Amino acid sequence: MAEVLVVGAGPAGLAAAAAARDRGAEVVLLDAGDELGGQYWRHLPASRPVQREAVLHHGFARFVSLRDRLVDDPGCRVLTGAQVWAVEESDTAAPTVHVLVGDQDGADRAPLDLTPDAVVLATGAHDRTLPFPGWDLPGVFTAGAAQALAKGERIAVGERVLVAGAGPFLLPVAASLSQAGSTVVGVVEASGLRRLARGWLPRPWELLGAAAKGAELFGYARGHVRHRIPYRTGAAVVAAHGDHRVESVTLADLDPTWAPVPGTERRVEVDAVCVSHGFTPRLELAIAAGCRISPERLVVVDEAQRTSARAVFAAGEITGIGGVDLAMAEGAVAGHCAAGGGPADPAVRSAVSRRRTFRRFAARLEAAHGIEPGWVAWLDETTTVCRCEEVSYGQLRAVAASTRSSGLRSLKLSTRAGLGICQARVCGRTVEDLLARAAPGGALVGATSTDRRPVAVPVRLAELAAGAPPPASPASPPVHPPVSPRGTP
Amino acid sequence: MTSRRVPAGQDPVRPDAAAPLAIVLDGQPLTGVVGQTIAGVALGAGRLSWRRTSGAGRPRGLFCGIGVCFDCLVVVNGQRDVRACQRRARDGDVVAVQHDALPVAVPHAPEGGGGRADG
Repeated sequence: MAEVLVVGAGPAGLAAAAAARDRGAEVVLLDAGDELGGQYWRHLPASRPVQREAVLHHGFARFVSLRDRLVDDPGCRVLTGAQVWAVEESDTAAPTVHVLVGDQDGADRAPLDLTPDAVVLATGAHDRTLPFPGWDLPGVFTAGAAQALAKGERIAVGERVLVAGAGPFLLPVAASLSQAGSTVVGVVEASGLRRLARGWLPRPWELLGAAAKGAELFGYARGHVRHRIPYRTGAAVVAAHGDHRVESVTLADLDPTWAPVPGTERRVEVDAVCVSHGFTPRLELAIAAGCRISPERLVVVDEAQRTSARAVFAAGEITGIGGVDLAMAEGAVAGHCAAGGGPADPAVRSAVSRRRTFRRFAARLEAAHGIEPGWVAWLDETTTVCRCEEVSYGQLRAVAASTRSSGLRSLKLSTRAGLGICQARVCGRTVEDLLARAAPGGALVGATSTDRRPVAVPVRLAELAAGAPPPASPASPPVHPPVSPRGTP
Repeated sequence: MTSRRVPAGQDPVRPDAAAPLAIVLDGQPLTGVVGQTIAGVALGAGRLSWRRTSGAGRPRGLFCGIGVCFDCLVVVNGQRDVRACQRRARDGDVVAVQHDALPVAVPHAPEGGGGRADG
């Protein structure tokens, strides 16, 4: 019987695991977190029981039934606290996946090395937050952080909060904050009304299958009216101010290129600001597995959600930022096909149809809310660009100018941008953009990308040593990264 | 005005009675509830930062909340490099601020010519 490994238990991974089970494969479902659901269905842990959790979520009943079905299924092995730290390509089979199971960042996690028949990567995405002066002050959060804390812990990040950035995700974040008792002083969208209209309104029949999103949007609008939350378009937070924490922000209007319009700045007092300009897909495992990545920096898949790597499928945000509906449709197709099915099978007809609709939705997201290049005008020389290594915009430009380099790898080494502990997750796309602008010819050369992380997370040396094989005899092959007996934790 | 826990009595999710826990963060006793992460306990108590950067000594706390930015690192019961937003708090945890000083450059001796270099 085929064994399918699903990495990531958000909407795409859960759908993939269910579809693979429906097709008859054995499934191993991993997630690095200690609960299933990913970011979209981030929820309270079992140790904090509540009566009405569903009020915090969209479609929570759908998650609960999917999760319970998989957890109760003896043919689906669910592992939480399971961090994939390396993926080894193979010429002849699916990749070997190296996992550490235990407390995240723990010291004695159990090594687990898996050699499934097929892998579905559903590693999701994280907020892309463009830097601005003061964004490294405590009290400045990503929009995703506000959501994670509200849904996962019942924490309100502030009492007087501004939500800013780009994209429809800002709306459920504002709703969660209101529900947690915060005063949301505004939601500020960088794209102007004209662009929003051009992105969302044309050819409405293409989005008929996504009509439920319209109802969802109406719900947020009603919440804005009830809580008196202003929604501003064509504007942005261009600076955060405070000594040891944020105390106020400067808002400015933006032109269609996202450059601030001089003279439109105004101060708003806040105790927290939540900013997200879109999402960065988490590509490191796909890249390690050998999957081809498109020029748009997404995993390339065919109609079966198959990647260019042998026996590797991908679903969800890593193939395109499109939200929960696209993720679940892609996950169903990926899981079905990873288990030996085909994209034309009746079992996935409805998923294929939903995928078509929500791919259009994803295209509208990019058209209406994608980052425009003028944002750089709100940086000043001292603005931190790489948070981990504290590299400023001025330093980046100075090093690029003095080295006259166009190579990302050498520029990273000279500036230290992207070399810190987050390994360029937060700054990578921004650093690449800014260095390209400063490079001779206006572009970086070479195939390196900041998405490539052969060791996906920090791993303690003691954990690697604990999993080491017995000493090699002279006749045995070269020592590879630690391998434990197959399938045993 | 700062971060805080949603008061149980006002929370639309209608929580059951939560089991309390107590940790020490940077020498300060904090109370939280079972199920919270260390970051959740800190933010719930109104604490927005618990780390100083290596270069400029700037305060940092939580930024992304989902384990990708590594801003929130703390030392938990002696264990370094723990993301506070990913580690569930346990009663009695002793959490210390992680501050990694940068290496100090040793002044190097002048080059060339006869005389001895200074140490």
